[in-house]
Amino acid sequence: MSRKQKRMMLIGAAGAVLFAAVGLILFALQNQITFFMSPSEIAEKGVAPGQRIRLGGLVKEESVERTDKAHVSFVVTDGGSEIKVAYAGILPDLFREGQGVVTEGMMNSDGSFAADTVLAKHDENYMPREVADALKEQGHWQDSYGKVEIN
Amino acid sequence: MIIELGHFMLVLALALALIQSVVPIWGAQTNDSRLMAIASPIAIMQFLFVGLAFAALTHAYVTSDFSVQNVWENSHSTMPLLYKFTSVWGNHEGSMLLWVFILVIFSALVGAFGLNLPPKLKANTLAVQGWITAAFLLFVLLTSNPFHRIANAPIEGRDLNPILQDIGLAIHPPLLYLGYVGFSIAFSFSIAALLEGRIDAAWARWVRPWVLVAWGLLTLGIAMGSYWAYYELGWGGYWFWDPVENASFMPWLSGTALLHSAIVMEKRGALKVWTILLSILTFSLSLLGTFLVRSGVLTSVHAFATDPSRGVFILILLVAFIGGGLSLFAWRAPMLKQGGVFSPISREGSLVLNNLFLSAATAAVLVGTLYPLALEATTGAKISVGAPFFNATFGPMMVPLLIAVPVGPLLAWKRGDLFAAMQRLFIALGAAIFVTVLCYALINGGSALAPLGIGLAVWVMVGALAEMQLRIGLFKLPLGKSFSRLIGLPRTVFGAALGHFGLGMTLLGLIVASAYQTEDILVMKPGDQTSISGYTFQLDGFREHAEFNYVDLIGSFQVTKDGQQVAELHPAKRVYTSRNMPTTETAIHTIGGVTQLYLSLGDAQENNGIGVRIYYKPWVTFIWLGCVVMFIGGCFSISDRRLRIGAPARKGRAKQAAGTA
Repeated sequence: MSRKQKRMMLIGAAGAVLFAAVGLILFALQNQITFFMSPSEIAEKGVAPGQRIRLGGLVKEESVERTDKAHVSFVVTDGGSEIKVAYAGILPDLFREGQGVVTEGMMNSDGSFAADTVLAKHDENYMPREVADALKEQGHWQDSYGKVEIN
Repeated sequence: MIIELGHFMLVLALALALIQSVVPIWGAQTNDSRLMAIASPIAIMQFLFVGLAFAALTHAYVTSDFSVQNVWENSHSTMPLLYKFTSVWGNHEGSMLLWVFILVIFSALVGAFGLNLPPKLKANTLAVQGWITAAFLLFVLLTSNPFHRIANAPIEGRDLNPILQDIGLAIHPPLLYLGYVGFSIAFSFSIAALLEGRIDAAWARWVRPWVLVAWGLLTLGIAMGSYWAYYELGWGGYWFWDPVENASFMPWLSGTALLHSAIVMEKRGALKVWTILLSILTFSLSLLGTFLVRSGVLTSVHAFATDPSRGVFILILLVAFIGGGLSLFAWRAPMLKQGGVFSPISREGSLVLNNLFLSAATAAVLVGTLYPLALEATTGAKISVGAPFFNATFGPMMVPLLIAVPVGPLLAWKRGDLFAAMQRLFIALGAAIFVTVLCYALINGGSALAPLGIGLAVWVMVGALAEMQLRIGLFKLPLGKSFSRLIGLPRTVFGAALGHFGLGMTLLGLIVASAYQTEDILVMKPGDQTSISGYTFQLDGFREHAEFNYVDLIGSFQVTKDGQQVAELHPAKRVYTSRNMPTTETAIHTIGGVTQLYLSLGDAQENNGIGVRIYYKPWVTFIWLGCVVMFIGGCFSISDRRLRIGAPARKGRAKQAAGTA
């Protein structure tokens, strides 16, 4: 092979890998990301059952029910709307009624939410940024909710 | 008084850094050897001054001087001495001071031990280190001063965030910073080479040890952080593709690429421009990581609350260094002479492949980390990019790379023979196929993906040893002769073999632990039993235990297998009294050094029950042991005679390198 051919091979290989990488990334950005939504946004826009989303808000007071063993359900509210969430598993250390929470999972066809993940945050005053924004939108933000992570 | 002195030392160090930024470069331009010669002593003096400042802050922590705001916010008089010490960097201000301290340590090392460097290269390199030091000292002094006093000193401090009160997290940041900041040396060497407009194979030989040091420590730092998350957070996960983890993983990926491209440059004088670019990009990613973590731009488990003025400051530094570095590169790189040609199937070719895939993987992680921020800034939509995204992008890019790992070292420089290389790998290939089939047969049914992954890991591990086996003539020569050859091998051969072997181990651990782990999440009462993967867990009871700064609710579990006692485990739910903050203390039992039983407690429930999370994680320790093996491989490579002794004369050495390759 001549010097030029060798260089073309190299550039060709680099191009192919680059092309594949860009393709993979674009494909994954279409299909493998999850949107964050508040209960009001879900009530407004609706979510197809089976689509993965993150749902965030406040855990409504006196809504936590332990059904059997490690199954638990609670209501997530942003002041405007509320959604019942079912979760199997151990709740994170700082999960409390009246506190902010972010859950990940899918909507059921009956309008409840099946969460497979409840996110743990490690600060007693912590309010997830998304939750704080959602509450402000609904006009239910209180300074007593604690400090928001500053952006 | 000590605190004020510390503050003053920092200002003095800034003054020195400013001198270091200008004078040596001026000397290099005007060929004034006296001006160039001041770079080393000034670098060493900066190390002294920043070290004294760091010692002053440490003194305030150890003596619990709550008149210092930083100490008051992050310490408590009842904390154990070790954590008083480590809380120096358990906060924003202190950790930035540590960052600068490590930076000046590296500069001083170059100043003190770079005796055989050409004076111009050394002067320019240290000057660039001076720019970075000056910029970050300004950042510390203007936005993050740890020496700020409070007018009326409080009696008691506010305590360190309890999850940071752990030995793993105490060592994790310094290791990570040593890695991050260590890449600054490669960056400075590159900028110096661009300023001078010349670069040769010897340059790669001077830079490679620094890259190896940074890479090795970063490897350990990441592994340590991952193990910490695993046992401290109590969910049994070890990697979350959290932006903060990605921030340290990106410099690791591109640093790994740099490590390999520098070999090509050192041995063959090829890929010069690319190596320079990689050095700049790797340190840029370190700076980006510092920005992401320190500016509070992220929502993540790691992010401590911070204020935006700092973010803007670091962003300016980021733009200046990355933009400046890349502009200089665009301007000067075309002047650098290109070296050797090689055919696509050759050692060089395989290392180029390695670089291609590693760069593409770095880009995927970069996009996944920054896209959510960009999308929110532009459209307001909030998304999370997590494991599914990275599995779909990072995973497929790693597979071809891993397949190629054992082949590369067996190809000759310049023009290699793929068929001959494959013939030499028949043992590895046989082992990989055998293990794949065996796993598939044993597990009967289920996905073939896990056995294939295990086969790939075996391929990488056994293949890593192939080069060594070949060079010592194992199974071909008498054992005694093989042994004496083994001792005579260059240490870099051990380094490469260990590095690749460790990679295979980590891969094996990841695959086995995620594919064959079993878990049970349930509510248990005293006397209850549950079984998982043949192990029976019985909850005997609870007790409370109070220490001076926390209260534990400890569960007592008997673990048995076939009626034989295996272990007694004591996971706990801990509440730190000063902040009223609960944490999970997991109990882990390791079987045979590889498989772990993992137990963590959830909330107490009515009727004396408690939530329990039990995992059986086969071979999980391989994930971190593999990283340790990679680190040891790096140590072997650094200790190689060629790198240690360095190059006395540019030309002679370069010729010799070309001759032996």
